[in-house]
Amino acid sequence: MTEPTTVVSVSGVTKTFPRGNVTALQDINLDLGAGEFISLIGPSGCGKSTLLRVIGDLVEPTSGAVTINGKSAPQARTDRDYGIVFQDAVLFDWRTVAKNIELPLEMLGWDKAKRRARVEEMLSLVELTGFGDHHPWQLSGGMQQRVSIARALAFEPALLLMDEPFGALDEMTRERLNLELLSIWQQLRSTVVFVTHSISEAVFLSTRVVVMSPRPGRIAGIVDIDLPGPRSVETREDPRFFELVTEVRELLRLRGEHLLPEEEAAAAREDA
Amino acid sequence: MSSSAANAASVQRSTAARVTWRSRLHGATHRAGLIALTVVALLALYEGYNQLWRATGWTWPFPADDTTLPHLWTIFKAFADPAQVNQPSLFSVLIHKALFTAKEAFAGFVLGAVFGFALGAALAHSKLLQRGFLPYIVGSQTIPILAIAPMVVIWVNPKLPSGMQGWGAVAVISAYLTFFPVAVNSLRGLNSADPRMLELMRSYAASTWTVLWKVRFPASLPYVFSALKVAATASVVGAIIGELPSGLQSGLGGAILNFNQYYSIEPQELWATNIIASLLGIVFFLAVLGAEKAVVRRAPERRA
Repeated sequence: MTEPTTVVSVSGVTKTFPRGNVTALQDINLDLGAGEFISLIGPSGCGKSTLLRVIGDLVEPTSGAVTINGKSAPQARTDRDYGIVFQDAVLFDWRTVAKNIELPLEMLGWDKAKRRARVEEMLSLVELTGFGDHHPWQLSGGMQQRVSIARALAFEPALLLMDEPFGALDEMTRERLNLELLSIWQQLRSTVVFVTHSISEAVFLSTRVVVMSPRPGRIAGIVDIDLPGPRSVETREDPRFFELVTEVRELLRLRGEHLLPEEEAAAAREDA
Repeated sequence: MSSSAANAASVQRSTAARVTWRSRLHGATHRAGLIALTVVALLALYEGYNQLWRATGWTWPFPADDTTLPHLWTIFKAFADPAQVNQPSLFSVLIHKALFTAKEAFAGFVLGAVFGFALGAALAHSKLLQRGFLPYIVGSQTIPILAIAPMVVIWVNPKLPSGMQGWGAVAVISAYLTFFPVAVNSLRGLNSADPRMLELMRSYAASTWTVLWKVRFPASLPYVFSALKVAATASVVGAIIGELPSGLQSGLGGAILNFNQYYSIEPQELWATNIIASLLGIVFFLAVLGAEKAVVRRAPERRA
């Protein structure tokens, strides 16, 4: 196998918020290869969401640089190189499901027929065929999040940024969507940056898990996930799965135990 | 997804549509019945008070006689009688006057709504403008409209084409009342957009105009429509009051001024005029309500 090309390169990124003098990220270095599925995991306040936003140029780093496909992060955003999914679906109430998915395509100036065709493809990809004319509030939380994923993927970005996309869903829905996301990822072969609180979710989905520690936000360690693919329901029962979960948990505990409870609470407040 | 599942979804949807249609019809009949019942109850209350206070001679809170509370049938009969000798019925006269006032009020409403929204949009994009102008905008509403109406008439009339002389100035006075709620609520509504939606738009590298048009504007609509409902009735009040110092006789304001002078002799004519004036306000309000239902798409529980 040839060395994969680098899609995202984070070098020496530090982010401090002047208010409260918080160092959200300190000297982060990270390279993502094409087709990788990377999870960022860590306790509240470790800066994982901030790192995702720095990559997407939604937050400007204090120092350091991010390049995406060899371009600066602002240039990559202007070129619409990535799609993003938030914790809540963030769907527009006044638009139908189909119109929500069309939104980024309107920005790109696609004509109506081309948009329609793509929306149908996307609806079938997230298994929501026939729901295009519904309004978001008529769908369940899990279905809404699938619409949000379809919207992020509609213009086929090479990079998908996901900020705790399944955090607000119940365990069963979350596990089903995990499987769906994996199958979509295998079809599209895009690069994914996935922020999560859940150790098992991170291990199950990723090719690499980046464990972060708080105050200041740093990379505590990176765990290569060498589970065989394609992953399925059985993967969660694989002994190797448990070993990897334990490894990630150890890393999290090692770096987190110096935190006093009140410090943790303060970190959680900053995160919110 | 398999085609059978898609079929199931479409069957489910058409069933849902049928149920909605039927329940909507049912809801409409229900509402109409309720409104009719309320009107009848209010009329009964009016006439009941009238009869009882006349019979007993009670004077608290106020006595009932032909001047203070004309009988319902006296008022309704006044509609059918000619307003003056050899003239059409009062009802027909009042309807013509109401249409004239409606023209002023509608023009004022549109003018005020457009100006108010533009003002709100400008303020929403600049904190500096907001801090500088908002106090004066609020201040503008503390000046009684009767105090500025003569100036508006003198300023505006010479600049109007001949077809708009008189009523055009009244429309401007009416707009003075309507722009305020629209401006304040537009400002709030345009700033009410979900910050995560703005972040999403930023991820698309959307321009300020695109964000305004695709996110801020739709998000503001529930607020704007709340304001338009207030503005709809205010525009009618503004038009009627605007007619008073303008010396216009063609509208309801002129009629009210006229019938005021004859109140002690024929109170029923002023009552009849007031009924028409309030009906005009209700028509304006319902028109905005209808437009809101057609335009604003929101989760049912979030409808303002």
